[in-house]
Amino acid sequence: MKHLAEYRDADTAQRLAAEIRRIVTRPWAIMEVCGGQTHSIIRNGVDQLLPPEVELIHGPGCPVCVTPLETIDKALAIAVQPGVIFCSFGDMLRVPGSRENLVSAKGRGADVRVVYSPLDAVKLAREHPDRQVVFLAIGFETTAPANAMAVKLAARQGLGNFSMLVSHVLVPPAIEAIMRSPGNRVQAFLAAGHVCSVMGTWQYPPLAGRLRVPIVVTGFEPLDLLEGIRLTVLQLEAGRHEVENAYARVVSERGNEPAQEVIAEVFEAVDRAWRGIGVIPASGWRLAKGYREFDAERRFAVGHVTAAESPLCRSGEVLRGTLKPNQCPAFGQECTPRTPLGATMVSSEGACAAYFHSGRFAPAGS
Amino acid sequence: MCLAVPGQVESIHEANGMRMGRVNFGGVIKEICLAYLPDVAVGDYTIVHVGFAISKIDEASARATLQTFADLGLLEEGLADLRDSEPADLANDAP
Repeated sequence: MKHLAEYRDADTAQRLAAEIRRIVTRPWAIMEVCGGQTHSIIRNGVDQLLPPEVELIHGPGCPVCVTPLETIDKALAIAVQPGVIFCSFGDMLRVPGSRENLVSAKGRGADVRVVYSPLDAVKLAREHPDRQVVFLAIGFETTAPANAMAVKLAARQGLGNFSMLVSHVLVPPAIEAIMRSPGNRVQAFLAAGHVCSVMGTWQYPPLAGRLRVPIVVTGFEPLDLLEGIRLTVLQLEAGRHEVENAYARVVSERGNEPAQEVIAEVFEAVDRAWRGIGVIPASGWRLAKGYREFDAERRFAVGHVTAAESPLCRSGEVLRGTLKPNQCPAFGQECTPRTPLGATMVSSEGACAAYFHSGRFAPAGS
Repeated sequence: MCLAVPGQVESIHEANGMRMGRVNFGGVIKEICLAYLPDVAVGDYTIVHVGFAISKIDEASARATLQTFADLGLLEEGLADLRDSEPADLANDAP
């Protein structure tokens, strides 16, 4: 298919990798922020094409992974209430809460439905005026335009039976938190291409300047990833810290302005807890004042629900890049994709799950 | 999660007061919200995420990126030619 196949050519991948080998002179640690990129890197073996000097650290950009356990428990507390139709993207269904997941809640009689788009949840609310329809709105900036439009549409159609449990997270505050965390090893970032397709690249130059870190907007296909890494290594070797765009066919400097306008109308910034990392100031969105009547957390009074993480899970260290998934003692033992203990094993885009599914059980070099 | 795939707009219509379109993903057709791309036209390629087109693919930028890859290839082949030609040059220099 056009705009996909061209970016998967094995010979060109080898040439790009050879070029990276040619320009690199010393070790560098580069974080790919987005879980979709982690998944593509591991599945396509992009990291194995790279010279040993270039280390990829897998970042926290998987919304399923960083959604707090508490939010899952809140979702479950709402889903089991009588009369509720609980809607979610498919990848949230098996994420374990403290006691169960949405699939097991469904097994106990809860009406849990997988939707492709948040607009499908709005449609369900329209078709079932006697039921409460709740949508679990997680995601990064990429997903926010869709979720914001769903709320706007529900408001416009006067759907008093629609609400959202919102757990949105943002990339730039996470980059700042990672760079400022003690023991940080990250020296450059591949910025998430689809987040930037919505938000543009204009947010990043101040960040790159302040943190003195190269940021290269990067796509998801193997050649996109290698080109992003090549531009990053060029910057690192030259001592530059700039914002560059290696995904220009999709990302512009200004981004999608109509989408940014709707996001600004529907959401407002909030401090958000990231599973495995902790609270990052102003790193999330919640419904803004004008739309708070659609907040499921208020409507169903689940604000008091709290939850505690497994003491065995070291996903915070994985997300900060100080531990590889297969260096964790619980990896593949107590913790597997079927019995995940924490953030990074719960979704196929999580670093631990990506390693597990690709059979990478032994630490590199062992 | 932020997976978003390219598709080609086949037709554009209105539904519930919103700009919608039929988008072709390698043979699979889906109804997609085009509200965020007021300028997108039939035949354009877009990036779609959870039922919303969020970006129009810029053909000129796509060509430029592919040209960069091709130029790297030329560089590589150029180096290979140079390597291949060295023994011949030496041979020519030989008495």
